[in-house]
Order: sequence, then C-alpha cells, then structure tokens
Amino acid sequence: MSDIASEESNDEVLPETQTETQPEKNADIKKVIVDGLWKNNPVLVQLLGLCPLLAVTSTVTNALGLSIATLVVLVASNVTVSLIRNWVAKEIRIPVFVMVIASFVTSIELLMNAYSYGLYLSLGIFIPLIVTNCAIIGRAEAFASRNNVKMAALDGLMMGAGFTLVLVILGAVREVLGQGTLFDGADLLLGPWAANLKIVLFQSDTHFLLAILPPGAFFTMGAFIAVKNVIDNTMDEKKKQKEPAKTIERVRITKVSSEL
Amino acid sequence: MMFKIASSPHNHSQKKTSAIMRTVIFACIPGALAQFYFFGAGNLIHIAMACAVALFCEAFILSLRDKPVRKHLLDYSALLTAVLLGLSLPPLAPWWITVIGTAFAITVVKQLYGGLGSNPFNPAMAGYVLLLVSFPLQMTMWLPPESIQHIDLTFFDSLSVIFTGFTTEGYSVNQLRMNIDGITMATPLDTLKTDLTLGLTTAESMTKSVFGAYGGLGWEYINLGFLLGGLYMLKTGVIKWQIPVAVLGSMAFIAIGGSIIDADQAAPPMLHLFSGATMMAAFFIATDPVSASTTDKGRLIYGCLIGLLTYIIRTWGGYPDAFAFAVLLANMCVPLIDQLTQPKVYGHPARGTKQ
Repeated sequence: MSDIASEESNDEVLPETQTETQPEKNADIKKVIVDGLWKNNPVLVQLLGLCPLLAVTSTVTNALGLSIATLVVLVASNVTVSLIRNWVAKEIRIPVFVMVIASFVTSIELLMNAYSYGLYLSLGIFIPLIVTNCAIIGRAEAFASRNNVKMAALDGLMMGAGFTLVLVILGAVREVLGQGTLFDGADLLLGPWAANLKIVLFQSDTHFLLAILPPGAFFTMGAFIAVKNVIDNTMDEKKKQKEPAKTIERVRITKVSSEL
Repeated sequence: MMFKIASSPHNHSQKKTSAIMRTVIFACIPGALAQFYFFGAGNLIHIAMACAVALFCEAFILSLRDKPVRKHLLDYSALLTAVLLGLSLPPLAPWWITVIGTAFAITVVKQLYGGLGSNPFNPAMAGYVLLLVSFPLQMTMWLPPESIQHIDLTFFDSLSVIFTGFTTEGYSVNQLRMNIDGITMATPLDTLKTDLTLGLTTAESMTKSVFGAYGGLGWEYINLGFLLGGLYMLKTGVIKWQIPVAVLGSMAFIAIGGSIIDADQAAPPMLHLFSGATMMAAFFIATDPVSASTTDKGRLIYGCLIGLLTYIIRTWGGYPDAFAFAVLLANMCVPLIDQLTQPKVYGHPARGTKQ
C-alpha cells in the first residue's frame, strides 16, 4: 500500500494517507466533506463527467436520476476499491477499477430498468456511460486506492453529493429557462404520486430551445463556475483583511546569479 | 514591455474606431431604405429597439468591468452590432426577439470575451444564431414584399404586430404572409428549396410571384442597396476588397458549377447572389475587423470559406439562409488561417526558404 501511495503521489491535494488502525481525525473528515461539496467539486472544479452533465441536465428529473445513479456507483466503487487496494497489483489497477465500476453500473442499469422504466428510457445511453465518468475512476485512483474504507465511503458520498447538487441546480435552471417548469416528469423517477410535483412557473407558447439544447448547458455551467470563482475570491479577500498585514523589514534583496 | 502581435507592415491608418463604425452604419442606409420600401417599417423599429438594448447592456457591463463607459459607448461598435442584427431579423418578429438577441450579442458574445477587439465571434451573427436556434418559428416569419402583399401594412401596423402580434385591424402575422389563395408565402430561397423537394424544376419554381427578374422579388433591390453601401465602404477604405470579393466570387463560382452540372435542381447563380442576406453579409458582416482574418491572403481564404459554407448549407442544410452559420464557422477558423498566412517580414527571408 505504501508503495502505491508514494509512487502515485500526484499533484492532487489529499489528506494524509492513513493506516487501518489509525482513527480518522475530525479535521480530515471535515476536509473530505468540504472538498467534495465545494473546494474540489467534481463538476465545478475538476470539470469531470461533463458528457452526462451536458447531455441529461435538461430537466431536474433527468439530472436527479442520473446523479443519484452516479452517487450510488461512486460510493460502492470507492468502498470496493478501498477494500481490495492491498491485493491489486499496481500494474493492473486501472482495469480492475474499471471492472468494479462497470459491474456496479450494470447493476444500477438493471435496477433502473426494473423500477423506473420511464426514466431509464429518457436517460438512455447515459446510464451505461456512467462507467466512463472520469469523476468515478478519478476518485477510485486518487482517493479510494490509498485510504481506508470509512474515508473512501465518505469521499464517495461527498463527491457524489457535490455532483448531484450541481447537476440538480443546472437542471433546474435549464428547465425553468427552457420550458418554464420544475420537476416535469418527476413521476418517471419517483412513481405516479410525484406527477403532482410539477410546478409551472410561467406558461409560454414558445420554449427557449437553446437552454434545453446542449449549448445551454455550456452557458449555464460557465455562469456557475464564474459565480463560484466570485464567491471564492471575495472569501479570500475577507480572510486577507482579517489577517494583520505582514511588515517586511528587509531593505533590499540582492540576487546573485550563479553563472557569474 | 509588451509586444503587440499584428501582421506587418505596421503602417498606421489615421482612422479612429468611431469614424470607421460610423461609416459602416451610414453605408447600411441604402439597404435599410430598400428594406423599408419592400417590407415596411418593421426592421427600422427593430433597429431602434436593438440600439437601445445594446447601449444599455454595453453600459451596464462596462460599469461592472470598471471600464470608462462613455469612451466605449462612443466608439459606436455596440450600435453597429445592433443595426446589423436589426437589419437581419424578420421585419415582423416579436419585440422580445430583438431584446434577447441584442442582449446576448453584447453581453455574452462581446463583453464576456473582453469587449471590442477581443471577441472571436461576430456578435451580431452569434445573436442571430442564438435566436434562430431557439425560436425557429418566430425567426422564419418573413413577409412577402410589399407589391404582392394583399393587406396594406402601415408604420403603426408594423409597430402593433411587433408588440402585440396583430395589426391595428387585427390581422396576425400569418395572415399577412398569405396570398389571396390563403397559401403562406415563403422567402425566395425557401420557396425554391421546398419546390425542389416537391419535384419541380428550378425553372418551374421560379415562375412563382416571390421571384423577381433575377433574384427574389424585392430582395434583389435590397441586395443592390447593400452592394451600393459596400462599394462606398470600399471607396472610403473602411474595408478591403479581399473578403467581399472572395465571398461573392467563391459563391458565384460554385453556383455556376452547380447550374452547369444540374440546372434543374440547382439555384441559379444570380439568385444566390441577389437573394437573402448575400450582399449584406459579404460587405457588412464578413468584413468585421475583429472576428475576420487580418492578413491579405487570410482574408481571401476566410471569404472563400464563407461563400462555400453558405452554398453548402443553403443547398443541403435545413435552414433557408446560411450566412450566420457560415460566418461563425469561419470565425472559428480565423486563428488558424492567420497563423498559416503570416506575411513575410521585411528584411527576412520568406518562411521555408534557405538562406
């Protein structure tokens, strides 16, 4: 385990690698939660899994269906990868991870086919394509393969929650802009009772097609990333203002070139 | 120290941006008047609305970006975008079409990319494409020209249709578009395309009333108006000859080829050159100094690309006219074209030759 962690220590910021016996510190748990939901959000920061993101977020229902499926796969694959991390040879770890993910995705696909057939049809090819969602393999490789089961599960849950959050908001914005409704077709996901959930915000004869078409997803997500950056910047500035200004006492720094 | 990247020779033209933009706006006048004559005051109303929205959006974003508002508003570039968009909309499109299109063109396509000089796409055409993709129904409600309309359209009728959807006498846009027999009349390019799929030949289709002597009825004079304005811009040196000549030349060349190969199924070259947006696009839109190629050779390639793409989309695509798409696609190629056509630097050997 140690050699995987040392060899694969890439640029990603990770909590300290822990051994099975060492209990998690509260700070680590908090860091995993904040990373998944905000600081290292799979959609807004890592920009992973854009293909399903752009394709299926035309309504809240579709976005919710796909992101819940992704969340379940993410948690399950993180847990499994973390469990088997000590027995998988480094050279073949990626194929093994993909096999694990693919089997979970297949199970999810069969479950959706059985219990929410309408949503299964409307998501179409994007359910099997969860296998190729880089957010999942990325977390397996970067986090689950070098942390214990509890932390891996938490990370999967939080990354999945961050993914879900952005997708649902994206779906809501696009649905409101595009056709003026919310939760249209929720009965496909939640059963017949949910047909009443549909909220018509405004009635219009003409739909704003661009918001429903994939370019609308690019525009909306660009706006989201911009908003996130604005919030981050203002928070940084506030932090800086709180800290006392450092006084620099050195008068001059002379840099001597080594070539001379 | 900053190196400005511009193609040589670095001689200065003494024209200010505002003067250039003003000249272009003035050069639109003949075409706009022709449009006014054949299709009523609709486009003028759209231009006025677009100008107001454009100035508001530009001022709003500039103040957000902490830029000097007055200086940038007075370079007339936002107004030019508004005028071009207003000219290219269907005359009786509803008012919110103009508002959405102009706001998108100025805020997203122009200012979000960094304002005048930094936008990779032509703002007016990107706004037009947004509208065409989002609201295909409203964006294809073209009127037949005035001489074959059977309901008279006054200025107040246009105004009323744009804001309420009905004329002062209660006619809807679709009623205005019908002929005496109750059949909706489409634009010449649209009519020809539909007729060809119905099995008519080009010659048979062109006997219909929407066609004029050599182009679309009314459209040929509008195009002549824009040609006139374009020639004026060439004479004053606001635009260079390469882009319009390449656009029109490549289009005529392919259209002549198409007619020779299959005269029954292809639109004749004169129809291509004098219908739809051809002259306006060739002289006013493709020549946008920001989003077009900046080298002489590059301008020729860029223009040919637009002509070729327009012919392809007009003939085989789903939309009746294609300049907006062609211009945007060519805009995307501009960085590559510019890089490949860098002129030889004075005093240096040409690229690829050995000393």
